[in-house]
Amino acid sequence: MEIFGLYNYWVVVVLMMIGLYVVVASGNLIKKIVGLNIFQTSVFILYISIGKLKGGTAPILMEDPASYSNPLPHVLILTAIVVGVATTALGLALAVRIYGAYGTIEEDEIEEQESTT
Amino acid sequence: MPLLAGPVCLLLHHPRLSWGLATTASWIAFFIALTLLDQVLSNGTITYALGGWAAPWGIEYRIDEINAFVLLIVSGISAITLPFARTSIEYEINPRRIYILYTAWMLCLTGLLGITITGDVFNVFVFLEIASLSSYTLISLSRDPRSLTAAFRYLVMGTIGATFILIGIALLYIMTGTLNMMDLSQRIPAVADTRTVKMAFTFLIVGIGLKAALFPMHFWLPNAYAFAPSAVSALFAGTATKVAVYLLLRFFFTVFGPEFSFDVMQSDRVLLPLALVGVFAASTAAIVQSDVKRMLGYSSVAQIGYMVIGISLVSVLGVTAGILHLFNHALMKAALFVSLGCVVYRIGSTRLTDMAGVGRAMPWTMGAFVVGGLSLVGVPLTVGFISKWYLILAALEQQWWWLAVLVLVSSLLALIYIWRVVEFAYFKAPADPAREITEAPATLLIPTWLLILANVYFGIDTSLTVGVAERAAKLLMGTAS
Repeated sequence: MEIFGLYNYWVVVVLMMIGLYVVVASGNLIKKIVGLNIFQTSVFILYISIGKLKGGTAPILMEDPASYSNPLPHVLILTAIVVGVATTALGLALAVRIYGAYGTIEEDEIEEQESTT
Repeated sequence: MPLLAGPVCLLLHHPRLSWGLATTASWIAFFIALTLLDQVLSNGTITYALGGWAAPWGIEYRIDEINAFVLLIVSGISAITLPFARTSIEYEINPRRIYILYTAWMLCLTGLLGITITGDVFNVFVFLEIASLSSYTLISLSRDPRSLTAAFRYLVMGTIGATFILIGIALLYIMTGTLNMMDLSQRIPAVADTRTVKMAFTFLIVGIGLKAALFPMHFWLPNAYAFAPSAVSALFAGTATKVAVYLLLRFFFTVFGPEFSFDVMQSDRVLLPLALVGVFAASTAAIVQSDVKRMLGYSSVAQIGYMVIGISLVSVLGVTAGILHLFNHALMKAALFVSLGCVVYRIGSTRLTDMAGVGRAMPWTMGAFVVGGLSLVGVPLTVGFISKWYLILAALEQQWWWLAVLVLVSSLLALIYIWRVVEFAYFKAPADPAREITEAPATLLIPTWLLILANVYFGIDTSLTVGVAERAAKLLMGTAS
């Protein structure tokens, strides 16, 4: 049962691999960003899984909660999510400008244009 | 300080004013770094608990010899290149975007200084992302559309690197329940034998390696340097990769401790060959480049190889050489990039063929380039010689003659690619004789020569740099023993 008990870690690993694969294999810049997002999300889930305790509650406004989730990883990942949003925004902005400059967001077509100029 | 200046720059919305503010902030940061280094040297480590929460729960800022030294480098390079930036940036980027550039510059500086100063591993990640996000912006601001793709590639690689670091931090937190570096270093030995900690180590090193452009994870760097505005290339060459190398040192020696990093994980056996291959491959790639900026980018990858060689020797002398080279390479690469910035200002290109004959038309600029280049090769009386000398001493100390020979041979490769520029600049007739090329204006030349003079000065008087580097190396090695 150990393996099923740790299922969220398996989800993390699978998502991580999917994300990395998309980043490496896809030539479309938008798809690359999507891949990055999946990759980052897997790490968010990893952090959240660390802190969560079964049946635990959030230790907010309570006197002596019996069992509670560790709030620290959750706070950390809040920061990381913000960072991820900023990265995505910047990546998309760059993609827009690349489209403006080259008229395409396929990596091989851009390379073709770069080598000719 | 730079963090405060960043948003204000954005509000000012005026190119000159925001430049003035950014420069002032950098110089103030530089002087703060100077006084900090001075205090650390006389009084030892300074700690400051942010927000009044005591470590290991709160975020702690911790400054010892090594990061005071890195702080000095980072803020110093920024302070010198900003006066240069004003004229060069006005020429190179869209005037309406100038204030954005200074805002991003300040944020980038904040990030870099923050990474160096903090004693908390998660904070490292946050500052790392501040620095990287603003550096993607800085690169993409150049007029050349290729800078956009370079920035995008850097964004993808940089984000993967940062996420790897994040995974590493998570695994460490699982095993130890702490994020404070000092706390981690005490708790890791107890759990060092688990696979989780080993995985954490690997993730962290690969992530930082991506950021540091460690061979073979360097593919983003040459393009990013080649297409960014000149002043920005100078800033990155002097600071961004240096901070990543500092992180490498920090994690190897302080957090994990040399015994774990090198005896258990044997990372020196992986790093040393990689660094050597990196030095040779990147130097060779630099030789065949037709664009001088790109050539310098490849040469940066090679120089990072030298630093890693120093680190992977795992001796006080080797680490001293690594830290020294960190300082010295920041000086010489920044000097080379700013002198190229002068060339761009006058002829609008850094292609070798376009640079034919500029040596005679712009004697001061190219003179600066030659001195910087000699320093890169490691000619005596320049800083490059000092760090190579220590590197070779460290290699000989281990009785590794072959390594010393290889370092010398790779310096010859550097000589070849610098020579190609010299040949084109001085001995080839100008491509278009009718075109008048004049010397770069004084506002560009003064910062350039300041950097060059620093190159020569620290090449002759080494008491400050070697002294500090030695103390820092002893501190790093000493935390374990």
